[in-house]
Formats: sequence, C-alpha cells, structure tokens
Amino acid sequence: MQPRAEMIHWAFGAMILFVGLCLLCEALVGQEVWRMRRWRAYLWPTLAFSLGVLLWPVMAFFTNSAIHMYAHGSWAEVLMLAGGAELALVRGRLTSPLWRLTWPLAFVTAGTAFLVHEQNPWFFARSAFLHHLLGWTFVAAAIFPLALVWRPRSSVLRGGFAVMVVAVAVMLLCDRDVAPIFGHLSALAGAPHR
Amino acid sequence: METPITHDATAARAHDHALRIYAVSLLGPATVAGGLIWAILQPYRVTLLHPRGQGLWWLVFEPPLFVVLIGALFTVFVARPVLADLEQADAATR
Repeated sequence: MQPRAEMIHWAFGAMILFVGLCLLCEALVGQEVWRMRRWRAYLWPTLAFSLGVLLWPVMAFFTNSAIHMYAHGSWAEVLMLAGGAELALVRGRLTSPLWRLTWPLAFVTAGTAFLVHEQNPWFFARSAFLHHLLGWTFVAAAIFPLALVWRPRSSVLRGGFAVMVVAVAVMLLCDRDVAPIFGHLSALAGAPHR
Repeated sequence: METPITHDATAARAHDHALRIYAVSLLGPATVAGGLIWAILQPYRVTLLHPRGQGLWWLVFEPPLFVVLIGALFTVFVARPVLADLEQADAATR
C-alpha cells in the first residue's frame, strides 16, 4: 500500500520549507555568522543532495508514464548535482565559483520538466495549475542563483533565492491529487476527495 | 573623544543588528503560526482531530502539522544557535 502522490508532494514541500528557512536565515545573518559552526555550512547542501537521492524512489514507485519518469529522474539528477557541488565548494574540494552554475541549471531543468510533463491546461485541476505555476516560478527564479554566481555576497539575491525556495515549498504543500482551483475542476479530472 | 560620524555609524550598526536578531527570531515562530492558522482554517486536513476510519498514510501525512513541526525544528536546532553566534560575532566586533 503506497501513500498518494499528493502526500509525497507534502513531504517534499516540508523538507524544501526547511531548506528555504535555512537559506533565509543565512541571507539575514550573512555567510560569516552562518558558517561559525561547521555543521551549519553543510546543512542545506546536504538536505538538497538528500532530496535529490529521495527523488529516485519517487521516480521508481510513483510515476505512471514515461514523461513523468523523465521529469522526476531529471529533478533527481540536477538536485544531486547542485547539492553535491555546493557540498564540495563548502568543503573546499571544488574552488571555482562557476560550479554554482549548477543551481540555475537545476532551476531551469526543474521548471522545464514541470511545464513539459503537465499535459493539462492551467484550470484543469489544482495539481495542473500548481504544475504550471511551479514550472514558471522555477524558470523565472533561476535569475537569483545565476546572479549569485557573480555576486555571491549580495543579501538581496540570497534573500530572493530563499524566498523562491519557500514559495516552491508552499506550492507543493498546497497540492492535491484532485481538487478545484479557483472554482474550476474539469469533469475529466475525476471526483474530488476531502 | 567620540565624533558624531562614529556615533551615527555605531547606532546604525546596532539598529541593523537588532533588526537581524528580530527577523531570525521570528522565522520559526512565524512558520509555526502559519501551520496553526492553516490547521484552524482547514481542520479536515488534520486527520488526528478525527482519526476514526482513517488509513495509516492519512494519519502520517498532515501538511499543517508538517509546517508546525518544521517551524519548531528550525527554531530549536537552527535559529537559537544562529542567534547565539550572532551575539558572539557582534560582541567580537565591538
């Protein structure tokens, strides 16, 4: 017996919310204070990498079509790449700041995968609406990690990046398998529950 | 002797420091409050309030409680140590 897809979205939403709060906190206090305790420097990159790893079982057990499998697989790959690169940068194994380009790559890939694998229009159901919204949010928000590659100490850019991650978490927590969006629910979507 | 410029810079730094402490202190409680407000607005999302007849997963996955839990974990394990370090860093620069 597996949990519903919406439940997995909520669990990922909760974990991403924690990452977003850490990023927001880091943006507020600055990198020097944030890294005063060594473990804290590794905290959100480790969580990002772990989220990538956890997306593999999601891909294996919760995808019902090839396009869903490719979407979840690509998220797993780019999250592991970006999280792993961030970990190596913190550790000092990687030194070039250009490795931070893995974050805009992850955002654009995630956004494109959301937009491509959602086959229904915006107001088909809440999940379709959120897939479109998440896709465009990721694509637009890629500007923050991209700009951070060249201005890594900008608190405005760090704050923007963090707020975008929190917004993604909120959208995932709002997801439902079959539910109306602003009063719209296609008859083809099935019967809403709860 | 303290010049007015030095005094202004010190006051601005103290104000900035207070604002940062205030913002970091609020992050966790604001998240917990968000989860609680969500639970009050949509009590049917919290199956622990009416557990009879619910399956295992519906009892485990409760999004408003997830938000409350994340806010509480963040407050205890991240925000408090960060505030202590912020105080320490500020004391060192004085």
